[in-house]
Amino acid sequence: MTLQRTLAVAVKELLQLRRDPRTALTLLGIPIVMLLIYGYALSFDVEHIRLAVVDQDGTSSSRQVADAFLKSGYFDLVAHARDIRTLDPLFDSGKVQAAIVIPPRFSADLAASRQTVLQFVLDGSDSQTATTILAYAQQIVASLSPIVRMSPGAAPVAGAPLVWYNPDLSSARFLVPGLLAFILMVTSVIATALAVVREKERGTMESLRATPLVAIELLVGKMLPYLLVASCSATGALVIARILFDVRVRGSLIWLALVTLLFIAVCLGWGVFISTLADTQQVAFQLGLLSSMLPTFLLSGFIFPISSMPPALQFITHLVPARYFLVALRGIVLKGAGPEVWWDQAAGLLVYGGIVLALSTFRTLRTL
Amino acid sequence: MRTLLAILVKELLQLKRDPKILPILFIAPVIQLTILGYAATTDIKRVELAVCDLDHTATSRDLVERFTSSRYFRITAVVDSQDRFDALLQSGGARVALTIPAGFEGERAIGRSGAVQIVADGADAMSGTIGLGYAVSVLQGVSVQAGARPLVELRPAILYNPDLVSRNFMIPGVLSLIIMIMTMMLTAMALVRESELGTMEQLLVTPLRPGQIIVGKLLPYALVGLIEVATTLPVVLFWFRVPLRGSLLVLLLLTLPYMLCTLGLGLFISTLAETQQQAMMLSAFVFIMPQMLLSGFAFPIQNMPGLFQLLTYLVPQRYYLVILRGVFLKGVGFSVLWPQAFALAGLGTLILVLARLRFRRRLG
Repeated sequence: MTLQRTLAVAVKELLQLRRDPRTALTLLGIPIVMLLIYGYALSFDVEHIRLAVVDQDGTSSSRQVADAFLKSGYFDLVAHARDIRTLDPLFDSGKVQAAIVIPPRFSADLAASRQTVLQFVLDGSDSQTATTILAYAQQIVASLSPIVRMSPGAAPVAGAPLVWYNPDLSSARFLVPGLLAFILMVTSVIATALAVVREKERGTMESLRATPLVAIELLVGKMLPYLLVASCSATGALVIARILFDVRVRGSLIWLALVTLLFIAVCLGWGVFISTLADTQQVAFQLGLLSSMLPTFLLSGFIFPISSMPPALQFITHLVPARYFLVALRGIVLKGAGPEVWWDQAAGLLVYGGIVLALSTFRTLRTL
Repeated sequence: MRTLLAILVKELLQLKRDPKILPILFIAPVIQLTILGYAATTDIKRVELAVCDLDHTATSRDLVERFTSSRYFRITAVVDSQDRFDALLQSGGARVALTIPAGFEGERAIGRSGAVQIVADGADAMSGTIGLGYAVSVLQGVSVQAGARPLVELRPAILYNPDLVSRNFMIPGVLSLIIMIMTMMLTAMALVRESELGTMEQLLVTPLRPGQIIVGKLLPYALVGLIEVATTLPVVLFWFRVPLRGSLLVLLLLTLPYMLCTLGLGLFISTLAETQQQAMMLSAFVFIMPQMLLSGFAFPIQNMPGLFQLLTYLVPQRYYLVILRGVFLKGVGFSVLWPQAFALAGLGTLILVLARLRFRRRLG
């Protein structure tokens, strides 16, 4: 493999890309547009919870409870009722998500230091939202409640909670790096999926065969220009993430750049591999789309935690390159982690890239 | 009516002759449902816990024991200095870290709270929130046992999905996704194929009116959609054990207006695309992806900014998800779901009219 010949292919490919500015613009533009749209639309931060208050006490201390919920900023009051049963239709239609029931004699119990129970009725159909709402409610009530000591020596265990890396627990910080990986994967695979198959379709593969070019030079040369384009869009996306979503890179920018380049190279390699498998651009395109979009969305840990999947499926996730990148990316961006923490992920990517490149070289040798 | 029947029969014959159609109709949706059903889970099971016990007493060991015996945590690391937490949390080896300070037992013995520290990894906001919540409830349990009760106790009553199983929420959503993919894509591809092959022109020189052609073309795929429901429902009910509390009949009836929308979209896509490849591209990127993200399938609509919430009203899946989850989990019927049903019917009619207009223009 000589550098000169590889570069020659790269220059040729770049010229071709320049003649087709639409493709280049799509490659640059789509990631940024997608990041903008999905970065704003996707969020797990639960706010504006539709709360009903069932105040059977009607005293100032019962109103204090309701106030504490509304002042927390998470809840919107949508209904008042005296009887919880009147809320049934509202729960059924989803107009109410949660209800706090303050029992009669609530203030009397409090005044007499008697144990009292607040009931919190919750729509559990969306389990994740429900878990979050319940956690909010528990916090609010815990902050309201005085502690009684059943015996002279009894004391509550105080837990001082601390949240690292993302103190306000905003889901954007978690999702935006994932989105970056998703977008890079889909666009890079599709971009290169057409690269080799195009030569096959046009019959120019034959002319390439007449040159002293070897397979690996052809493949690497074809990937280089796209590496450049994808790096530009990754940089653009990171700048937007910083400005609009306040996602700051805590770790080293150099490591971030290196790992991202490695990931892009693997994606491009995957695209080229598909390109060597397919006979027509259409098939290549479909294979590229199917093999990049769904697995990355579902099986990379982008949204759904891998540790919650059944073991067989967890095993399959090792075939999804974004899985490795996401751990390293989130580590560097959110936690400021150095290579000693994520070296195994980078190694996974390297091995993956090596296998993909070897397979495509093998396939190209046969077609050449 | 007879002419309509004739096209219907012709379409069904054509479908039957496609050798790839049977696996696509019967096997693909079941595989999709199984993979999606297993992958799309947001349950946080046992949170990885790192423990740093600086007290080394019976009391502190007892506290650690309370964490492990609760079903929320599993200990992945025991360290003797808090300095090790950073590396553990960075690598994901632990999500929550517990520190019991030296002198904990002594403090507890004289009736003081002996503050322990809990550090949560906030990078994954979701499991961070949940891990912190679990830790607080374990500590509360310890306090109550020690005889210190909060005067006000919060007693949750969880409706519809008492064990908070995410599968019960996600799988009906997957069902709506499969119906959309199958009916919309198959319709669009079939219609575009007909234009590609040039047989659409032949149909047009017959005495059939465009409306009849459209209805005759869409009906077989409505049938396909119902077959999808019939093949995937047993998997939903008996394999994933999602409870069906409402009536099956209501579910099937309210699926019809949804299919009106997806079939209409299929027709609409076919008037935009020239080739099958374009049809597939348009379906995947312009119609399926945005619907998946904006319908409330995985991301709750109430968390979106106002403008995006407005956009979701244009997404048919949004209404159908309310119907599916309502019938499956809440056991509600038409008396609650009529607004969604009418919205779907209206949206479907609108889409069909638009598609019909484009269909005519392209033929002219």
